[in-house]
Amino acid sequence: MPPFEYAPAPESRAIVTIEKSYGLFVDGAFTRPKALFPTINPADESVLAEVSQAGPKDVDKAVAAARRAYEGVWGRMSGAERGKYLFRIARILQERAREFAVLETLDNGKPIKETRDVDVPIAAAHFFYHAGWADKLEYAGPSPSGAAPPRPHGVVGQIIPWNFPLLMLAWKIAPALATGNTVVLKPAETTPLSALLFAEVCQQADLPAGVVNIVTGDGTTGQALVEHPDVDKIAFTGSTEVGKAIARSIAGTPKKATLELGGKAANIVFDDAPLDQAIEGIVNGIFFNQGQVCCAGSRLLVQESIHDQVVAKLKRRLGTLRVGDPMDKNSDLGAINSRAQLDRITSLVDAGVAEGAERWSPECSLPAKGFWFPPTVLTGVSQTHRVATEEIFGPVLSVLTFRTPQEAVAKANNTAYGLSAGVWTEKGSRILWMADQLRAGVVWANTFNRFDPTSPFGGYKESGYGREGGRHGLEAYVTTAPASLSTSATGAVR
Amino acid sequence: MSRLDVRKTYKLYIGGKFTRSESGRSYAVQSASGEFLANASMGSRKDVRDAVVAARGALGGWAGATAYNRGQVLYRVAEVLEGRRAQFIDEVGAGEGLSARAAGVVVDAAVDRLVWYAGWTDKIAQVLGNLNPVAGPFFNVSAPEPTGVVGVLAPQRSSLLGLVSVVAPVIATGNTAVVVTSAARPLPAVTFGEVLATSDVPGGVVNLITAQTAEVAPWLAAHRDVNAIDLTGVAGADGIDWGALEVAAADNVKRVLRPALDAGGAPVEPDWSADPGLTRLRAFVETKTVWHPKGL
Repeated sequence: MPPFEYAPAPESRAIVTIEKSYGLFVDGAFTRPKALFPTINPADESVLAEVSQAGPKDVDKAVAAARRAYEGVWGRMSGAERGKYLFRIARILQERAREFAVLETLDNGKPIKETRDVDVPIAAAHFFYHAGWADKLEYAGPSPSGAAPPRPHGVVGQIIPWNFPLLMLAWKIAPALATGNTVVLKPAETTPLSALLFAEVCQQADLPAGVVNIVTGDGTTGQALVEHPDVDKIAFTGSTEVGKAIARSIAGTPKKATLELGGKAANIVFDDAPLDQAIEGIVNGIFFNQGQVCCAGSRLLVQESIHDQVVAKLKRRLGTLRVGDPMDKNSDLGAINSRAQLDRITSLVDAGVAEGAERWSPECSLPAKGFWFPPTVLTGVSQTHRVATEEIFGPVLSVLTFRTPQEAVAKANNTAYGLSAGVWTEKGSRILWMADQLRAGVVWANTFNRFDPTSPFGGYKESGYGREGGRHGLEAYVTTAPASLSTSATGAVR
Repeated sequence: MSRLDVRKTYKLYIGGKFTRSESGRSYAVQSASGEFLANASMGSRKDVRDAVVAARGALGGWAGATAYNRGQVLYRVAEVLEGRRAQFIDEVGAGEGLSARAAGVVVDAAVDRLVWYAGWTDKIAQVLGNLNPVAGPFFNVSAPEPTGVVGVLAPQRSSLLGLVSVVAPVIATGNTAVVVTSAARPLPAVTFGEVLATSDVPGGVVNLITAQTAEVAPWLAAHRDVNAIDLTGVAGADGIDWGALEVAAADNVKRVLRPALDAGGAPVEPDWSADPGLTRLRAFVETKTVWHPKGL
């Protein structure tokens, strides 16, 4: 079925002003731009702006500013006052939502309808949710009666990925500030602009100088932040490989860490599933944000008896997806974030074909410039194929089959990761049994890729430790343990 | 003419069986005052690996048991330990150099700690879990689940109360354990294995390896089928760099319970008589969140 013809409906980029170059945001002000590198629009490879590469000295200044702000202002402020700052930030994000949506789409390449309907509103919701916690922390965790109230760690170093730049910033900064920590945040090298615009929000909110510091740069900037001796805690979202390096780096030190790493989620469809809903869930699971999602449902496990039916329906649905200009409000899929990521997706899919998988994509014309990959389905995938074990982080679905629930569980859990999983069936008892058996931090039953500030998110096994969101997410930013006991694993003791 | 004692052979406890070290090695255990007490098995890398296999094998059944059942089993451990009170007073007194009265206090505290944790098994999910009021038509619930196979470096000084204090929270939450006992004071641990073996604790849920901590700890920390490690026992152990163990643990993103540190940053053994709180129960659980739509 061909897609309906739609006239282009491009969002205007006039709403957002992008500076020619940006400094770092340290101690409440922007530094003079230097050591510049470009950030580009992945949809057409045009340069959007130049941003500064923060070196170890810059990181040191940012950490010092955060320390001063922690000891001088933020760590002493009442929770109620802290909360009011967070409410202000939430409101400003809502007021400037369109601006953020446009900027995020330009810098990241994802469709405007996603930034407009998901990234930005949920980012604002995270600040709103955590604002309310700031003066209620003694109710947040099971501290023994008479114990000292939970206390912040101090200065938190936060490193976030490029797939949800503003949303990951919100997941990191909102709980850190609500609990009384101060922050040095490093946005991803390819998507720094929304974090720099957020710095302006901090200024508009009159947030005290040094409470939030933004340092842009590549991996070496992140490494300098992780290794800085005056950082008390690291919060990282990104690849499992870098997460392990961070865990090694802080080993044997008093530094705490939470790690939200990769995934290879199974999306399991039983023969009694509501198939039309399941198809929508499969599509949303792997093609949302071009599949550049750590919890993406990248392994479709479909019961053997309905394999052909599901694949046929899936192909029909993919034929209606519109891939193209991310700024067009009709676009379902946008651009891949970078050439490096495009190369990785391409090479993994090639490896899958070489190992025997059958590759299929709908007919779609991709723009000549920019980084593009068509929605792709790989059938005939077996468990040992690289496309079934390695995180592709792209719009690529690997299809495998199972016969019994036990086999579905065994295959779903046969991975080093454990971030998320999906189950589709009309049988309630089977949903609950499956949810018990799946070794994953988030299980979506008859839905997929749902996010909410009240709902804890995070992985088992090599998908990391610690949770973000909900009451559980706060635990990563406070300590309630006796001062004599600490751990680098999850929870308040970390 | 006095009767000659029948002495006990102190072995490892792996997969519910008492075995000698595959290495064939043993070492002399001395009392606090330097007298020979017994020869203990000197566990090896291979023993650690065998114990991990046993712990992994036991995980499904133990994690899948009802919390009520786990609570009853833990309470049963306390009952059987109480029944052997005199024996443990002798062993703890000799190993730790305590008077019979002081050793009695320690053994009683160990029994009481087991009772405390027995009562937690069916409450921890209520205390650590909750419904989440998401902004949409969804049922959304978070609850703790066991992390999996947990490696435990048991305390070096407190050979029974310390041991119980680190093992009970690990198994109360449904994990299985591979425990490296105190190197110098291993005997109460082996006798505790006899308590476990007669308390309806399924074989493999707790595995006890008497060994030189510095020799086997790196293999436990690096083992890819171990999900978490408790480094408590590095305090007072010879020749261990706990940072290196944490580095090794990062290879499969193990959860690491770090040792308590003194003001100078050196590992120190905690005061086991203190209220344990929830710290250890929370260290080896994973929060799972399940979503389902609501609708007609």
